[in-house]
Amino acid sequence: MVQNAQNLSSAPNPANGNGKSVVIDCNITELYYGKFKAVRDTRIPIERNRITAFIGPSGCGKSTVLRCLNRMNDLVRGFRFEGHVHFQGADIYHPSIDPVAVRRYIGMVFQQPNPFAMSIYRNVAFGLKLNGYKGDREERVKRALCAAALWDEVKDKLHTSALSLSGGQQQRLCIARAIATEPEVLLMDEPCSALDPIATRRIEELMLELKESYTIAIVTHNLQQAQRVADKTGFLYVDTTQGGRTGYLVEFGLTKQLFEDPKEKHTQDYIHGRFS
Amino acid sequence: MQKIVPANIRDIQDGPRKSISRPPTFIEKHCNSVFGWATYFFAWLTVLLVLYIVCIIAIQAAPAIRDYGLGFITGTTWDANTHQYGVLPEIWGTMYSSLLALVIGSLFGVAVAVFLSEHFLSSFVFSIEKLFGVQFHSFWGKLPDKFEQILKNLIELLAAIPSVVYGLWGIFFVIPLIRPVCDWLNTNLGWIPIFNTTLSGPGMLPASIVLAIMILPTVSAISLNALLAVPPKLREASYGLGATRWETILAILIPTASKGIFGSIILAFGRALGETMALAMLVGNANVISWSLFSPANTLAALLANNFPEAGPKEVGVLMFAALILLAITLFVNMIGAFILQKASTPNEGAR
Repeated sequence: MVQNAQNLSSAPNPANGNGKSVVIDCNITELYYGKFKAVRDTRIPIERNRITAFIGPSGCGKSTVLRCLNRMNDLVRGFRFEGHVHFQGADIYHPSIDPVAVRRYIGMVFQQPNPFAMSIYRNVAFGLKLNGYKGDREERVKRALCAAALWDEVKDKLHTSALSLSGGQQQRLCIARAIATEPEVLLMDEPCSALDPIATRRIEELMLELKESYTIAIVTHNLQQAQRVADKTGFLYVDTTQGGRTGYLVEFGLTKQLFEDPKEKHTQDYIHGRFS
Repeated sequence: MQKIVPANIRDIQDGPRKSISRPPTFIEKHCNSVFGWATYFFAWLTVLLVLYIVCIIAIQAAPAIRDYGLGFITGTTWDANTHQYGVLPEIWGTMYSSLLALVIGSLFGVAVAVFLSEHFLSSFVFSIEKLFGVQFHSFWGKLPDKFEQILKNLIELLAAIPSVVYGLWGIFFVIPLIRPVCDWLNTNLGWIPIFNTTLSGPGMLPASIVLAIMILPTVSAISLNALLAVPPKLREASYGLGATRWETILAILIPTASKGIFGSIILAFGRALGETMALAMLVGNANVISWSLFSPANTLAALLANNFPEAGPKEVGVLMFAALILLAITLFVNMIGAFILQKASTPNEGAR
C-alpha cells in the first residue's frame, strides 16, 4: 500500500502568526543510510507549544525522523536526505547552516539517561558554557533544575557526581541540561523507555508543564503515553513492498482523532494491537 | 490459567519427565580445588619472584651500601681508579629524559588515540571517496575502516622495533635532523637555561625524542582503548547540546577516559625509566647535571649497561647499588601512579 504524501496533513501555513504556528516543518522525501532507504514520504509540521508524538512499530524510522530535526543524523556516516526541514522558516539543511548551531536551538533528550561523569551542577551548566553564557550561571542552573522538577531532590548535593542519581533523576537531569539554554524546541527520543512507571509519570507531568514554554516532539513506543501527553500524533509504518524496510508516515492528526477514529487501516490495526 | 510447561513440550516426551541432574563427582570436585590451589601458587610465585630479585640485588649491593651509604646518591663523580662513586647525575638524567619523553610521547600518543577513536582518518577517506561516488562500493566502501586498521597496526608495530635499532636510527637520523634547529636555538636563545649549550652529537634532546617515540605505542594503544570505552551515549549527549567535535573531545571524551589515559602514561613512564640500549647510544654517557636540552648526560640504566662488562668485583657491588636505586625509583613511580589513579577514579566529584 503506497501512501500519497499530499493527503497526510492539511499542511498548515508556516507563516501563520498565531499561537499554533509551525516551528518545524519537516518534509522528508527520501532518507538513506548508505544504500539503505530508511524513510520516505514523511511530512510532519510541529507546532509551537504543542507536544507532537511519533508512534509506530520498531524499525519504522520514528527516531530517524526525530534525529533529522536537529541534524543528529549528520553524525552517521553515509546519511543522505532529500526533502527539507524548515525551522522557523529557515532550511536547516542549507549548506550555509552549521549543524552545531541547529543543535543549540533544538535540544534533545535521549532514550538512555546520559549524564556526563561530572557533578550535577556542571552537567546542567555544560550547555551554558558552550554558548558562552556570561550571566548568572547558578541562577540559570537553578531555574533549569526547578523546571525539570529536580531542584528539591538535588539542591543539597549539586556538586556530587551526577552518576549517583537514580535513573529517573538522571533523565530529569538530562532534561534540565537540555532546557538550561532555553532552546526553542525539545526533541525526546523515547525518554521514558528506560524508566519505571513512577519515574515515567513524573516525566510526563513535566512534559505537560514544559509545553507551556517549549515546543516538544516525542518518539514513544507507549501508546498510552502518546494519548496522555500528545496534542498531535503521527503514525509511521514500515513498507516492505519495495524490498528492504522503509518507514513512511501513514497518518498524522490530532491525537484524539487518530486514536478514536483512525482513517487508515494500518493505524487501526496498530492501535488496536492487531499486527500482520 | 496458563500452564507453566507448554503442552507441546510434553507432547514430544514419552512417559514421565526424567531428570538427568547429578551432583558433581569426586574428580570434578577435586579438579576444582586443585585448580584453585594452582592459581594461588602461581599468583604468589610472581610476588615471590619480585621479592627474590630485590633481595639478590640488595645482598650484592650490601658492601657498597656499607661503604658509600647516602653519599652514593648525592655524589657526582664516577671514577673506578680512585673508587669514587656517585649517581646523582644519573638519577637526574634518568628523571629528566623520562619526563621529557613522557611530555612529548603523551601529547602525541593521546593525539593519535583521539585521531583513531574519533575516526578522523576514515571520515576523511570517506569524504574523498564521495567525490568519486564510490563510497558504498563493495570494495572501496570498506577502505576507510581498513586504512584506520592499518594505521593502528603500524603504531603498535613501533613497539616491536628493537631498542638498538632505535638507537642507530637516533644517531644517524635524529641527531643530524635536529642539529640545525638546536644550533639556531643555542645562538639566538642561549640565555634560556634549557638552550645554553651546543649539541655535540649525543645529548638529552635526541635521547628524549627517540624515547618518546618508543613509549608512544604504549600511550596510544591504552588511551585508544580507554577512549573507545567511553559510552557512545555521552558523545551523543554532547553533540545533542550543540557542542562541536573539538569541545566534545576536550570536555567530555578525554575527561571521561582520563583514568585509562593516565594509566597509560604511568605505564609509559615505567618503560621510559628502564629503557637502556637506545639511551646508552644516544644520551652521551657524561656525568653532567645540566638543564640544557643539548648537553650530554647519563641515565642509571645506561650506566649499568656501559659499566658491567669491565667491572671489577668491587665495582659490581657499586653497580648493584645503582640498580637498586633504579628499582626503587621505578617502584616509587608506579606506586604514586596507582595512588593517583585511585584518587582519580571518582572524576570531578565535588568539583565545580
